Amino acid sequence: MPSHDVMPNMELYQPVQVEDALAIADRLAERGWLVGGGQDTYGWLKDRAKSADALIDLSAIESLRGIRETADGIEIGALTTLTEVATSDLIRGSYSLLADAASVVASPQIRNIGTLGGNVSQDVRCWYYRRGLSCYRAGGNLCYADTPQGMNREHALFDQSRCVAAGASDTAPALVALDASMVIQNLDGERVIAASEFFVGPANDIENTTVLRPGDILTSVRIPYTWANAEFYWEKVADRNVWDFSLVNVAAAFKITDGQIKDSRIVVGAVQTTPRRLNEVENAIRGNSRNADTAEAVKELSTTGARTLAHNGFKVSLMQNLVKRAIIA
Amino acid sequence: MNSKLTRRRFIKGVIFSGAAATTGAGVYLANAQNGAGTAERLISLNINGRTRPIDVMPSETLAYTLRYKLDLTGTKIGCNRGECGACTVLIDGVANYACSVLTHNVKDKAVVSIEGIKSADGTLHAVQQAFINENSPQCGFCTPGQVMSAVALLSSNPRPTREEVRAGLSGNLCRCGAYEHYINGVLRASGQIA
Repeated sequence: MPSHDVMPNMELYQPVQVEDALAIADRLAERGWLVGGGQDTYGWLKDRAKSADALIDLSAIESLRGIRETADGIEIGALTTLTEVATSDLIRGSYSLLADAASVVASPQIRNIGTLGGNVSQDVRCWYYRRGLSCYRAGGNLCYADTPQGMNREHALFDQSRCVAAGASDTAPALVALDASMVIQNLDGERVIAASEFFVGPANDIENTTVLRPGDILTSVRIPYTWANAEFYWEKVADRNVWDFSLVNVAAAFKITDGQIKDSRIVVGAVQTTPRRLNEVENAIRGNSRNADTAEAVKELSTTGARTLAHNGFKVSLMQNLVKRAIIA
Repeated sequence: MNSKLTRRRFIKGVIFSGAAATTGAGVYLANAQNGAGTAERLISLNINGRTRPIDVMPSETLAYTLRYKLDLTGTKIGCNRGECGACTVLIDGVANYACSVLTHNVKDKAVVSIEGIKSADGTLHAVQQAFINENSPQCGFCTPGQVMSAVALLSSNPRPTREEVRAGLSGNLCRCGAYEHYINGVLRASGQIA
């Protein structure tokens, strides 16, 4: 694969108001490409695996930055950097699950410019797809990863539908666990969608990982007070501590009353295209204590329905162990 | 106009950027005049404390501009994908990969590259001197990026622990594996090793 120092020439729009960005995004539709921090974008464009006629750089829109308290929780502008999310007193104080997830994304320099909106909107990790091959997700009719010779150690365990790529976001499982919602604007107005509905798998839409469509801009993420100051557990397992994407991660929140789990959220990342919420495990542990017995009892349940590929069988036991650790710790 | 950027150098820069300039420049300049929103190619950049006018393609990265337009070749391009750290520079004091930032993103910001951290009288930055004293670099290719990450770390945390140094420099690969020597260098620069 040739290595390109530069990206193809494109037009560049740098609006400073959301209204202008929405108008440009609407006018350009599929020909435009929204850029926040650009940390997923530039690789696609340098590799010539995807292209666009114009970049719509959102980074100058100040109203999309920052973290503020609302009547029933907090609202995080989509352009807030991952470093800001990871170090915010507000988030560290009551929603540390999200801060912990953001603090282990990629590398310090990438967190310094990469945004929360970009982290949840990033495309899946699959080297066949990212190399620009004409796979199902790229509009073709073949999956190169799910073949006897395919390299699929990092790929999905669940919800495969032609495509077996796994989602890469670390903040996405945390946001689903916190019952967050995503605020999306387009020229027609604003819609608010639950984080659990924001991400879409290949069975529903094989070419997109979120409900965002041309003309839409994710403007902020709202986290309700529901899980503030709950007992949280975050863990990411990757081959390297820096840069690397999760092999499996887990984001969990527990409400404890009299030593018993009153309610919980257990969400696992990088095992399918979307964050996987383990509703059945949550139901099974309700009323029990956070201990080894409770964890061991749901070990098999946590991975029911997994379909392993040639090289990713280890993810089943990895996922079971992470769920157990989340419940115990 | 900055005297360092002669008309000849400016034209050279335009020619160097090739077909993009000849097909695109007029459009962008015209658009900038009527405020249609697309980025104007002729911009001024604040690099190492100096403001320089420069012609920048819309999709040009800062690493490209520094090395191939401004001749600031101390910033190295290793992977060009934000996966190695050799191109690390400071943008408004924050460490970023110059290969993964559009030059048009830093128009209103202060950029400091490895060429910009020594004193006016030529004295090396404390991190540079400490890296020499600790024999931190081996081949040296990653060193400019290591220095910039260390400078960013020490400006926000003047006396970091060894673990904090490790985390602060974790976005910079060294294929020689000289990490411990770089960490020693940062601790020396912070006055914790004499």
